Amino acid sequence: MHELSLCMRISGIVDRAAEGRPVAVVHLQVGQLRQVVPETLRSCWRLVAEGTPLAGSVLDVESVPVAATCRDCGHVTTIEQALILVCAGCDGTALDITTGEELLLTALDLAEV
Amino acid sequence: MGRFHRHEDGTEHTHTDHEHPHDGGDHSGYATGPERIAVLERIFDENDRQAARNRQRLDAAHVVAINLMSSPGAGKTAILERTFARLDAGRIGVIEGDIETSIDADRLAAAGARVSLLNTANGFGGECHLDAPMVANALDRLDLDGLDMVFVENVGNLVCPAEFDVGAHHSAMVASVTEGEEKPLKYPVMFRASEVVLVNKVDLLPYLDFDLALFERNLAQVNPAATVIRLSARTGEGLDAWLDWIRSRITVTSELNTRSTFA
Repeated sequence: MHELSLCMRISGIVDRAAEGRPVAVVHLQVGQLRQVVPETLRSCWRLVAEGTPLAGSVLDVESVPVAATCRDCGHVTTIEQALILVCAGCDGTALDITTGEELLLTALDLAEV
Repeated sequence: MGRFHRHEDGTEHTHTDHEHPHDGGDHSGYATGPERIAVLERIFDENDRQAARNRQRLDAAHVVAINLMSSPGAGKTAILERTFARLDAGRIGVIEGDIETSIDADRLAAAGARVSLLNTANGFGGECHLDAPMVANALDRLDLDGLDMVFVENVGNLVCPAEFDVGAHHSAMVASVTEGEEKPLKYPVMFRASEVVLVNKVDLLPYLDFDLALFERNLAQVNPAATVIRLSARTGEGLDAWLDWIRSRITVTSELNTRSTFA
């Protein structure tokens, strides 16, 4: 629901990093816990980029699965459905989420002039 | 470090972080890939830096801030009205986030609080949440030296507000019994971000099929550390527990010299 405001933040970072060079692809890592819909993000990006030097550039969204590490046995559990934090190794419930909360701009591909 | 992935059009390839510094369009017939710039920046960095500045500003004025979130209609404003009637409302500020209208702000001003209204459709593009720059703007309009606490009443929305650190010291949410027991599982991010969950409208339980025990089990699965307070803004039931929680946070916060609940 907040994809448009995310895209405005992304464009600010891209503008700074690209230093005026034309951008073709913006690479993002988005954790599955971030409540971001990749398709909506890409549509919002088209709106934000329109009429700016970023027009025509696209977002490459790499979705990062949610994984949690058990504090008791160290087992890493991948969580695919509801966020129920139960260790698949020992049924413990003291888990730390290790991946799935990313919201990173990792890299830019410049457009070939 | 290569990364293999699949695009929507079905093509697959491996990216490398190897860059080609070149200075023109002539690649002498070599099929070089596009130039890649490594960035690795968190998209919320700017927001989070502003949130930290908001917290520093509140700390300097010895003001404790609580971010109050919920879906629309869960009872945030009604709970705050009840809360202000029991505390020294003149020493409490409210940052009121609403997409449109001053209806809630007017209610809380009538309850005696100092209100700074943020209509997010007014220059913020109709945002579905408050963020740290908006809250910084609202803090400018509060006389922090005259306050002990600030409540940030976020935009009614069970999704987006949970994503944005606004610079409060604590996060609380309201979940009303008319919303259904499964909400913690469907919207885990807000339920995980909240230290305390106020289960509102418990006076309606005799008329509903709501299974309170199931709700609390679901909540414990996503946030076992959450404090649960059952209350009714309408009857005042449970209000004492909520006021005790607020008082304990004020003490703890001053002892710890404040830490972000988002850290």
